[in-house]
Amino acid sequence: MSEAFNPLVASERARKAGQYAVLGAEQPLKLDCGAELGPFTVAYQTYGRLNAAKSNVVLACHALTGDQYVAGTHPVTGKPGWWDLVVGPGRIIDTERYFVICANVLGGCMGTTGPAEVDPATGKPFGLSFPVITVADMVRAQAMLLDHLGIGDVFCVIGGSMGGMQALQWAATFPERTFAAVPIAAAARHSAQNIAFHEVGRQAIIADRDWHGGDYISHGTRPHKGLAVARMAAHITYLSEQALRRKFGRRLQDRSNLSYGFDADFQVESYLRHQGSTFVDRFDANSYLYITRAMDYFDLAADKGGRLAEVFTGVKTRFCLISFTSDWLFPTADSREIVHALNAAAAKVSFVEIVTDKGHDAFLLDEPEFHGTLSGFLNGAARERGLG
Amino acid sequence: MNLVATPPARARAVRVDLLLIADMIGANARVLDVGCGDGALLEHLARTKAVDGRGIELSQVDVKECVSRGLAVIQGDADEDLADYPSGAFDYVVLSQTLQATRNPRRVLEEMVRIGARAIVSFPNYGHWRVRAQLLLKGRMPETDTLPERWHESPNIHPCTIRDFIALCDQLGIAIERQIFADRKGRTSLGGANRRLANLLAEQGLFALKRAR
Repeated sequence: MSEAFNPLVASERARKAGQYAVLGAEQPLKLDCGAELGPFTVAYQTYGRLNAAKSNVVLACHALTGDQYVAGTHPVTGKPGWWDLVVGPGRIIDTERYFVICANVLGGCMGTTGPAEVDPATGKPFGLSFPVITVADMVRAQAMLLDHLGIGDVFCVIGGSMGGMQALQWAATFPERTFAAVPIAAAARHSAQNIAFHEVGRQAIIADRDWHGGDYISHGTRPHKGLAVARMAAHITYLSEQALRRKFGRRLQDRSNLSYGFDADFQVESYLRHQGSTFVDRFDANSYLYITRAMDYFDLAADKGGRLAEVFTGVKTRFCLISFTSDWLFPTADSREIVHALNAAAAKVSFVEIVTDKGHDAFLLDEPEFHGTLSGFLNGAARERGLG
Repeated sequence: MNLVATPPARARAVRVDLLLIADMIGANARVLDVGCGDGALLEHLARTKAVDGRGIELSQVDVKECVSRGLAVIQGDADEDLADYPSGAFDYVVLSQTLQATRNPRRVLEEMVRIGARAIVSFPNYGHWRVRAQLLLKGRMPETDTLPERWHESPNIHPCTIRDFIALCDQLGIAIERQIFADRKGRTSLGGANRRLANLLAEQGLFALKRAR
């Protein structure tokens, strides 16, 4: 894309190309921050067919910078959907068997209402006047979408990273609507280290003079530099030291000698710059601020005095937790903490730690052991659900 | 973590010592199988007795196998993970052929009778005459059909005899409700109720335990 990324145009295209629902017109969504939102739009994609009993729904929840295009070709980027390896006909989440729904989260920039949307009250983009949203708000918006689609309970809520947070939140907020939950590479609360990384990203955006206090759309600018730096810093945390060494080492980029300057001498620098520059073509800077904030605020047991087991007491949902050995963003200890709480609540839980050097992003990649576990759990749960 | 040779998972045959354990468990019970291996016991219990089963297993490969059989199994171990379960959460907590490989068998036993109304423990008996004979006559650490690993390869860091085990139960105030003395093929009633004789003749001991009031 040559012209500056316009979240309004991208949202419009996503709504035209896909499906969307206008929700909360009569009964607005009460947000955790106290504000009310409505009407608002949720853009979503569906794959496969809803069966007559409406018992085959898989709700896939996307991560921080993902969107509703979980499978197939993404209409904005032209690349495969974020979980195209896993979701599709004959794949692990088999769209010939399940009806897969994936919705762009509240605060996002791919068709669901977010800070780039025009505020009907002012006729200008919300910018920073958009209310701060939480993972629980995202989940409540998804529940409203399911109500709108006439779907009661969901066979499985599944997602990695922030998607895993949503899966946990679903089981906590709507246990009776969640038959199975698969939180992958997730945590019950965002760690201090992760809040710190997010803060670096946000400050990079805020320090960009083109950000204009969040009002860059009115100024006809985009804080591309800040957003790119935020993405570069974040991207490091999605990989692992071993993976960086394996992929790049200290190898030089298109040169045989050091430049004794600040060009991208090293392949790893060139790679990160590329990650940063392509990201700004598909993501809105203010959405990045809002969604990282939602993750920072995530603490499932906060209103239970930190006692996570109490969140899951009496919950009938079947859980499968999966973590990755080299994930230092959401390390195995985070998943274990959830497993311990689920055990203490006598919930039905499976847990596997997958050995890999691919870091946090392993949940998006080709990891046979991970995929084998996922497939096994889903098949077992499908049998219990009577999905054959 | 099972230390007795397991038949291939596809055969779905259940080891004889597991069948002995299964016989002790009532229908519809809540069961935690610690060191559940590939889930053979849990699956057998789910199929034949409709138990609500959970498992803990160290090996990623075995956990994956269990999860793909639709069993609720977590990757973990007896030493680390039992402390998290609430008291009385299960009707039975099973530890099959694993006690001798735990870092702290005493604490594991205490946790088992805390979490479960009953604990079922089976372990290889190092008091068996073949084991004794190897030490006495050859002066070497035993290698038998039941205990095939050499001393430096064995996961069994806390071997015990049937009498050692009974003494520990006494010390911890754990009551023995049932005891089965068996050879490796599961043939029982070796030594009858005579524990000294059983300690000499049995290759494995199987006990149903309960915290004494």
